[in-house]
Amino acid sequence: MLVRYLSQIGRYFLMLAEIFRKPTKWSVMRSLIFKEIDDLIIDSLGIVAFISFFVGGVVAIQTALNLTNPLIPKYLIGFATRQSIILEFAPTFISIIMAGKMGSFITSSIGTMRVTEQIDALEVMGVNSLNYLVFPKLIALLLYPFVIGIAMFLGISGGFIASVYGGFGNSTDFISGLQMEFIPFHITYAFIKTFVFALILATIPSFHGYYMKGGALEVGKASTVSFVWTSVTIILVNYILTQLLLT
Amino acid sequence: MIEVKNVEKSFGDAKVLKGITTTFETGKTNLIIGQSGSGKTVLLKSLLGIHTPDKGTIAFDGRIYTELSDADKRELRTEIGMVFQGSALFDSMTVEENVGFPLKMFTTKSAAEIKERVNFVINRVNLQNANLKKPSELSGGMQKRVAIARAIVNNPKYLFCDEPNSGLDPKTAIVIDNLIQEITKEYNITTVINTHDMNSVMEIGEKIVFLKEGILAWEGSKKEIFKTDNEAVVDFVYSSNLFKKIRKAQNKEDE
Repeated sequence: MLVRYLSQIGRYFLMLAEIFRKPTKWSVMRSLIFKEIDDLIIDSLGIVAFISFFVGGVVAIQTALNLTNPLIPKYLIGFATRQSIILEFAPTFISIIMAGKMGSFITSSIGTMRVTEQIDALEVMGVNSLNYLVFPKLIALLLYPFVIGIAMFLGISGGFIASVYGGFGNSTDFISGLQMEFIPFHITYAFIKTFVFALILATIPSFHGYYMKGGALEVGKASTVSFVWTSVTIILVNYILTQLLLT
Repeated sequence: MIEVKNVEKSFGDAKVLKGITTTFETGKTNLIIGQSGSGKTVLLKSLLGIHTPDKGTIAFDGRIYTELSDADKRELRTEIGMVFQGSALFDSMTVEENVGFPLKMFTTKSAAEIKERVNFVINRVNLQNANLKKPSELSGGMQKRVAIARAIVNNPKYLFCDEPNSGLDPKTAIVIDNLIQEITKEYNITTVINTHDMNSVMEIGEKIVFLKEGILAWEGSKKEIFKTDNEAVVDFVYSSNLFKKIRKAQNKEDE
């Protein structure tokens, strides 16, 4: 079992090296990158905006409802919302949601190409199929921090609206909570995590799609396995990066 | 011409190819036939460079594949066209984009030149008015034609076809067979077809290589296959009563 996992990890790193060998012609690669930006980034904005806005609202309401002691200031609602959204919700939990959305899309599309011999066709023509299929996804996901930036903004906006218009506090309290003890490095920390998660989101689902064997049923199974491993890796890397950067 | 010399290939303990030696000639339709598990696909994949033989050599007009540098291998690959069993067309692309793909990837042709060549090849395989369709909108026979068009668009020297008739009705299968043969003659290509369709053998088998359990058990032309006494070939090719009758009639006619 352990040997199998180790060999899979080794294979994953060999795949990463192969992605950068024998690059595809730039004129072809450019259009592939734009297509991936559309499929992976633009198509994710709607769901990210929706979830961020409402989760931000819920975080603010939950915080407000737990502030039962009148001595605890109301600006803590803004403070807690900011900290939860910037430090964890936007970078980590949106990435786990994206492991389901983007990850299963990547695994199933590459997996379908594998079972229908499209990857073999690329290889026979002399195309480095890993570069052709995975490199544009990697480049497209360099824009992933923008998605997370939007998630941060909308999450805090949702918290503000839920707090102020839900009658849990006033806007001055919420905004002073947002500004209270603000540490700019937390933003840097969040975006470092986001960047690493983007690399994980592009490569682990691609690995599971590229090396899958079997037919249509196995494509579905590979998508599930890919979601599990992408999520597990994100959680583990999140822990390691937090330990390294915040302590 | 492709020369295969003493090629052996094993997967684990299973020896799949056991010293295959043969020649696939230029301008001819060369067929590899044999039962499932006889090593046909492994031989085809070895010819394509997907599998590396454990022993022996494969030479493309004198160029031994395993001895070529990476750059020369890439160059050689651009001289190869392949028609896959399931066509392997790119789902996200239109017919036109699928056919033009090798030109876009490996040539410096302008968009106008690519379009002109693509239209020519699409017309050559009798697929007019399908340029903007996606593979999912095409029938099996039409998909095969697109796959053939894609395989020949870059003027390959070598054309490989894996079960080109699989899943097609007999009439369409003959159309595809004839198309492959015409293209082979027209462009003087070395064509290698992996098949177990006996209609193809009788229709276009200019050179037939029969594999049995990884061994080259017989080779010859479609005329010779009627007269051969090789039990393995007779047993495989004339497994149906219809073909037994055809063989009898053919031999009577010859006498």
